[in-house]
Amino acid sequence: MITNHDIVMIGGGGAGLRAAIAIAETNPNLSIAVVSKVYPMRSHTVAAEGGAAAVIKDNDSLENHIHDTIAGGDWMCDQDAVEYFVNEAPREMIQMEHWGCPWSREPDGTVAVRPFGGMNIERTWFAADKTGFHMLHTLFQTSLKHNNITRYDEWFATKILVENGRCQGVTAIELRSGKIEVIAGKATIMCTGGAGRIFPFTTNGAIKTGDGMAMAYRAGVPLKDMEFIQYHPTGLPGTGILITEAARGEGGIMLNKDGYRYLQDYDLGKPLDIDDPSHPVKKSMELGPRDRLSQAFVAEREKERTIPSSYGHVVHLDIRHLGEKKIDKKLPFVRELSKNYAGIDPVYEPIPVRPVVHYMMGGIDTDINGATSLPGLYAAGECACVSINGANRLGSNSLTELLVFGARTGKAAARFALEVPHPDKNSLELQTADEQKRITRNFFRKGRGTERIFSLRKEMNETMETSAGIYRSGKSLKETCDKIKELKDRFVNIDLEDKSLNFNTELTSALELEFMLDVAEAIAYSALKRTESRGSHQRSDFPERDDENFLKHSMAYQTNTKPHIDYKDVIITKWPPGERVYGKEK
Amino acid sequence: MAETMKLEIFRYHPEKDNEPTFQTYEVPFLEDWVILDAINYIKDEIDGTLSYRWSCQMGVCGSCGMMINGVPKLSCAVFLKDYYPDKIRVEPLTGFPVERDLIFQMDDFMTKLTEIQPYIIRNKDEEKPLDEGEYLQTPAELARFKPYSMCINCMLCYAACPVYALDSTFIGPAAIALGQRYNMDSRDHGRDARQELIASHEGIWECTFVGECSAVCPKDVDPAAAIQRAKVSSTIDWFKDVLIPWGKKK
Ligand SMILES: Cc1cc2nc3c(=O)[nH]c(=O)nc-3n(C[C@H](O)[C@H](O)[C@H](O)COP(=O)(O)OP(=O)(O)OC[C@H]3O[C@@H](n4cnc5c(N)ncnc54)[C@H](O)[C@@H]3O)c2cc1C
Ligand code: SF4
Ligand code: FES
Repeated sequence: MITNHDIVMIGGGGAGLRAAIAIAETNPNLSIAVVSKVYPMRSHTVAAEGGAAAVIKDNDSLENHIHDTIAGGDWMCDQDAVEYFVNEAPREMIQMEHWGCPWSREPDGTVAVRPFGGMNIERTWFAADKTGFHMLHTLFQTSLKHNNITRYDEWFATKILVENGRCQGVTAIELRSGKIEVIAGKATIMCTGGAGRIFPFTTNGAIKTGDGMAMAYRAGVPLKDMEFIQYHPTGLPGTGILITEAARGEGGIMLNKDGYRYLQDYDLGKPLDIDDPSHPVKKSMELGPRDRLSQAFVAEREKERTIPSSYGHVVHLDIRHLGEKKIDKKLPFVRELSKNYAGIDPVYEPIPVRPVVHYMMGGIDTDINGATSLPGLYAAGECACVSINGANRLGSNSLTELLVFGARTGKAAARFALEVPHPDKNSLELQTADEQKRITRNFFRKGRGTERIFSLRKEMNETMETSAGIYRSGKSLKETCDKIKELKDRFVNIDLEDKSLNFNTELTSALELEFMLDVAEAIAYSALKRTESRGSHQRSDFPERDDENFLKHSMAYQTNTKPHIDYKDVIITKWPPGERVYGKEK
Repeated sequence: MAETMKLEIFRYHPEKDNEPTFQTYEVPFLEDWVILDAINYIKDEIDGTLSYRWSCQMGVCGSCGMMINGVPKLSCAVFLKDYYPDKIRVEPLTGFPVERDLIFQMDDFMTKLTEIQPYIIRNKDEEKPLDEGEYLQTPAELARFKPYSMCINCMLCYAACPVYALDSTFIGPAAIALGQRYNMDSRDHGRDARQELIASHEGIWECTFVGECSAVCPKDVDPAAAIQRAKVSSTIDWFKDVLIPWGKKK
């Protein structure tokens, strides 16, 4: 069966919902589909804690936010995109306010802002420490107002359909019935989020498996800057649950096993006393950028100044001096999570933390309108790379990115949809029959091998952590490239115990693993080819930044053998590459 | 494997089972494991056919609600150690049709959520253009509705609700709490529209305020208070409408 829509969103997180609402508001006659493998309010945007950046206060300026973002990204950001992003951000955030988002407030009723890492001034809007949760529910609930949005809740997209040189929708499994159908659209927007689950320790939920990136990659669209992976310096050991950067924004400090504020040894400035009214100093010490803080952890570890725990080494994040009252007002979720998942109350004890994989700077290559190289296919949110995040995203820029580029991409896709003819029904049906056959053949054929999803996933996690982690080297990356190839070969022998149709979550896990292996391949090869160190990509064998050869985006194309890595110039408009300076007076 | 524990899990597969059965699994006992960790262990290492929902593992996405020894809980937020060494019984949330194993259908809630109009409704002439900035809202005004905005739609309160168990047309705790979340928001003018729906439901008058819903809510939303408030304001509306029609607000 085929259902036709004008625009199909794959993903009901922040980006997908913002895009859907933007289209619904621009043209109530367009038929909009939101396809999501989980109910939209379960999307991982729900887990974002700290806040969303936008210039609103008189003491701040757009120029400041632009500069922080570009320097934070180690000059890998496309500057036209950053400029647009920063200019649009306040309007989008006010729009969220008008839709009812419960932003934390100042006594006079204006929206409150807090400091965040790598930002020179406080400009992060927040809803206590459940910002993503409130944004997602506000967007989802607001979307219910529009009856031209049709939802496909718990439908799992498997493949992009290309016909006549353009994307015409996707095939998707309705989880409840197990049947595969075409969801056809004149334009399709990938909003499938990140891929942190490729790694063993991550703040990302189970659903963040890079599906959209892999689908686009398979359809011939390049994946851009995949080697840039953000480790967040403060995850809980074991679970990887995030302790938001807002804990440091409010004044929390990082301590090694001797109770020493070790960040002062890593060119991040000098610590001020916690009682000093100027603490915490913006863009300094604990408020340095995430890549540098995670790298400092590795160095401390090598100096044997970290603390051993049952889940590897940790350091301490100490917020005790903030006092119970402030913690409960500004960081209630931090307290809840620490109590429940680390067994400590941060009012009385420091929180054990370690760097964990958090965010993918790279993704589906798009232009500033969210358009990919495949006509009719768009991408927005974490699965896309526009790119405003460059080699290192600044905390609190991502939630804002969902809004700014969700809306812009939605509108661009709507314009495209008005210009193209209806989908080619017959050939889409044929392609769907093929996809059905592929899935049956790959997963339900009798006499398949004995590989288990779990073991392959574990081996993938291990190889990625060892070689594509905070520090990388040519040697270990080569090994990982080979290992991924081996895992892909072995994937063919995967055996599913569950042969049924209804809610077959073993099948979806297998499909997710297959997506992750493709994305892992693009990450490993892009990292191997980038023989320099920049932002979150640190090569022990090439420790310097090399603007001459690598002020370029990596573009990974899938081929029948290993991926082909090409390059594209970074768009530099007004801000020439410079040195990243933290912890020093300007 | 040192210490272990047993989980007795509800199994039902509509394609082949006429009725549900229970299956017992033995899992390692780890101090820091939540019940969801044990269920993931079963899925990964013992039985790939077990179906259930989960994602965030941090109690915020609302996917993983289950009956744990007969009590509705988020399985990612309760620890094995709180039950050790006894066997733990795991079932899908009660009061909903079962899809398969631990997965229940929540279509009914999605419809009710839509009906309650959970979004800001402004009077036509009172929209503020974006260029003029945010609506002002003091911390005290925010605090009035904030607890109701914390609902993660986990459905534990429906599973605990004695009224919903008997009459599934009852709009139910979370939907009412979300209606109240907007009713009490200083930026909203949609109370009358929502109130009509809330009051038109038989269920609200059946609610006895035993407060089972609030007792199981993992996010302290206190839906019972929302229902109470809705009932009181509906009574006042009725009073104003019927007895003193000229006294009706606006
Ligand atoms: C713990 C945590 C805290 C964070 N805190 C902050 C913060 O404070 N500030 C900030 O700016 N950023 C933060 N981030 C980053 C930010 O939250 C994410 O980058 C952002 O929410 C991603 O949104 P999205 O809409 O792109 O994707 P998601 O919200 O992940 O949504 C993806 C959607 O795609 C759907 N989907 C995926 N695959 C398929 C498929 N095959 N078929 C159908 N549907 C599919 C899913 O169902 C889901 O609806 C945080 C991230 C994490 C993990
Ligand atoms: S009110 Fe509480 S129990 Fe009910 S759905 Fe919301 S969060 Fe869950
Ligand atoms: S897995 Fe998200 S609430 Fe339990």
